[in-house]
Amino acid sequence: MSNRRCTILVCQGTGCISGGAEQIFSSLEEEMARLNLEESVQIKRTGCHGFCQRGPLVIIEPESIFYSKVKLDDVPDIAQSFLPGGKPLEHLFYHDPVTGEPIPHYGDIPFYNKQERIVLRNCGHIDPEDIGDFLALGGYEALRKALFDKTPEQVIEEVKRSGLRGLGGAGFPTGRKWEACRMAPGEEKYVICNGDEGDPGAFQDRSTMEGDPHSVLEGMIIAGYAIGAKKGFIYVRAEYPLAVKRLKIAIAQAREEGFLGKDILGSGFDFDIEIFQGAGAFVCGESTALVLSIQGKRGMPKPLPRPRTAEMGLWDKPTLLNNVKTFANIPLIINRGWEWFASRGTEKSKGTAIFSLTGKVANCGLIEVPMGVTLREIIYDIGGGIPGEKAFKAVQTGGPSGGCLPASFLDMPVDFDSLVTAGSMMGSGGMVVMDEDTCMVDVARYFLDFTRRESCGQCIPCRLGTEQMFEVLDDITKGRGRPEDIDLLLELSDAIAHGSLCALGKTAPNPVLTTIRYFRDEYEAHIDEKRCPAGVCRELTKEKS
Amino acid sequence: MKEELLRRILSSYKGRKRDLIPILQAVQANFGRLPEEAMLRIARFIGIPESEVYSVASFYTQFRLTPLGRKHVTACRGTACHIRGAPHILREIEKAIGIKEGEVTSDLEYSLETVACIGCCALAPCIRLNRDVYGEMTPEKVKELFPASDEGEQDVQ
Ligand SMILES: Cc1cc2nc3c(=O)[nH]c(=O)nc-3n(C[C@H](O)[C@H](O)[C@H](O)COP(=O)(O)O)c2cc1C
Ligand code: FES
Repeated sequence: MSNRRCTILVCQGTGCISGGAEQIFSSLEEEMARLNLEESVQIKRTGCHGFCQRGPLVIIEPESIFYSKVKLDDVPDIAQSFLPGGKPLEHLFYHDPVTGEPIPHYGDIPFYNKQERIVLRNCGHIDPEDIGDFLALGGYEALRKALFDKTPEQVIEEVKRSGLRGLGGAGFPTGRKWEACRMAPGEEKYVICNGDEGDPGAFQDRSTMEGDPHSVLEGMIIAGYAIGAKKGFIYVRAEYPLAVKRLKIAIAQAREEGFLGKDILGSGFDFDIEIFQGAGAFVCGESTALVLSIQGKRGMPKPLPRPRTAEMGLWDKPTLLNNVKTFANIPLIINRGWEWFASRGTEKSKGTAIFSLTGKVANCGLIEVPMGVTLREIIYDIGGGIPGEKAFKAVQTGGPSGGCLPASFLDMPVDFDSLVTAGSMMGSGGMVVMDEDTCMVDVARYFLDFTRRESCGQCIPCRLGTEQMFEVLDDITKGRGRPEDIDLLLELSDAIAHGSLCALGKTAPNPVLTTIRYFRDEYEAHIDEKRCPAGVCRELTKEKS
Repeated sequence: MKEELLRRILSSYKGRKRDLIPILQAVQANFGRLPEEAMLRIARFIGIPESEVYSVASFYTQFRLTPLGRKHVTACRGTACHIRGAPHILREIEKAIGIKEGEVTSDLEYSLETVACIGCCALAPCIRLNRDVYGEMTPEKVKELFPASDEGEQDVQ
């Protein structure tokens, strides 16, 4: 047993760490050393493997054995199982919640086998702090290919043809943005990766940066080459210290290996990346606000009409701003070709979508699915349905800019345009499932509380309008609703959507509009009968019990 | 002492306009808050009016003028946490440590704030105690983490 037989992957995503994964890792190392198994078994830290709810996760390759909810006490047994004659530990397997059957391999678990993990392929499989792991899986090959086999125009053409649309929310065609930025006059240009991830209830950008930072860097460097920039920034919010740490390590390693810095791989192309830590303001995810914030100012969106960031961004220079996942898709497109990418997904939404599936759903975690799968497939097949035999009520996508969709949309394909038609949006990928115990008026109130706190205060419709909407909703949940309130909310929504200066205000009414559209009866119960059907609003449920 | 620390922090920056937010972050990381004298010094260092330093510091939620408690509690009020009972957890914490969101105990033992999302949504509801994240919080877990003081619980409801 001189050569290595297996690898133990210990997830070190933020979720698993909160369950003690760091201690599990170090104790496993000690235990393996004690049993003299270091020679035959390799232990590795990885980024998020996605199934956060079952964490801490330990995976054994090449057999693909999946242990979940691992405890420190399990470590000696895990180590022993690698001794001659040892067997995998059945009590750590995932057990089918319906049949109770143990499922040893992660590929057989419904949470994983209905997914298509393409962008997330490395997350949970490589050590994000070791560039060697990334290189072993073909990392930075796409950069080499772009630099030596393609002109910048050809790279842009490839991205355009792939049909990739930005994954930061609005779904703007990425290739067109790159082209606009390349064409914009000016010697100095910038690339910015938007890792602000302001949407509450979303962690897919965090997991990508933590689990596979080099894919993001590689996408950014290729973008820099394509548009003619020498400098890039990653804007990460301060609440993500682990992402910052891993990105810093990745940048240092990439520099050392010649993928960043002067004369990259001897191609003559210079490009470097700096991390900027956002200081906590949701509105800083908006392009013009984000740029001001890097410049050391208050992050307040610029009023319309204004030049596009692609033409006049950071320090008034042409600036390419894309989301973390958008960049992470780029190496794949360059490596496998636009035809491969364009063959996946739907007519107008290509590729895959990554969601943070959370809320009242059995399997919470990070998932990647082809565009066009239905909400039902996501919530029931991958998510395992609603726990506790409760009824499904709604699914919220798009965060504070999105909306809540009722059961009648469960068979709707998930893509950029269908979601917008239904009154919601893709957003940056939060998907929060709600069951019969969720009060939709309370949810609307919750989102307006968020937007009124986060409004930058520059324009009156957003600053005062969201405040007033919040107060009306607050009154309704406290039993002080008046019959005319629903119309008042609709009127305010209209005024805010039309009058606000930036998309924060323009989309702020969406959660209210969709809940009124699909759950009007709940509003009416609160207003007319002073009753909260879900039993959430405290003032309306006290006398009932 | 503090003077020296501040000088050291400032000396690692060039004093460009764009250094403002990183400097504020570094000062806060070292002093636990943004002391008034420090903001004055930063303004001079960069060569901008003091009001501009205040204006930026007050815009971003990360920055604070008052010190934190030794045990700083951050409760998530993100969507996933909200749906799974975050308001209830927050009330429990307020009860256990006797202060409300945004406050610090007089002995500086605890401070409590809420944030938009901790980013561990799959384990909702979540809280953070200093750097550690605790997921799937329940009222019982709150009691374990914050044993009520001998003086008895203070009800802030
Ligand atoms: C209020 C507001 C917040 C936003 N927050 C984010 C964010 O956190 N992350 C993100 O990638 N895009 C966010 N966006 C969208 C960005 O402005 C921008 O469209 C996006 O980063 C472009 O990347 P993409 O082309 O890859 O989608 C936000 C927009 C608005 C109006
Ligand atoms: S919603 Fe609480 S951690 Fe994201």
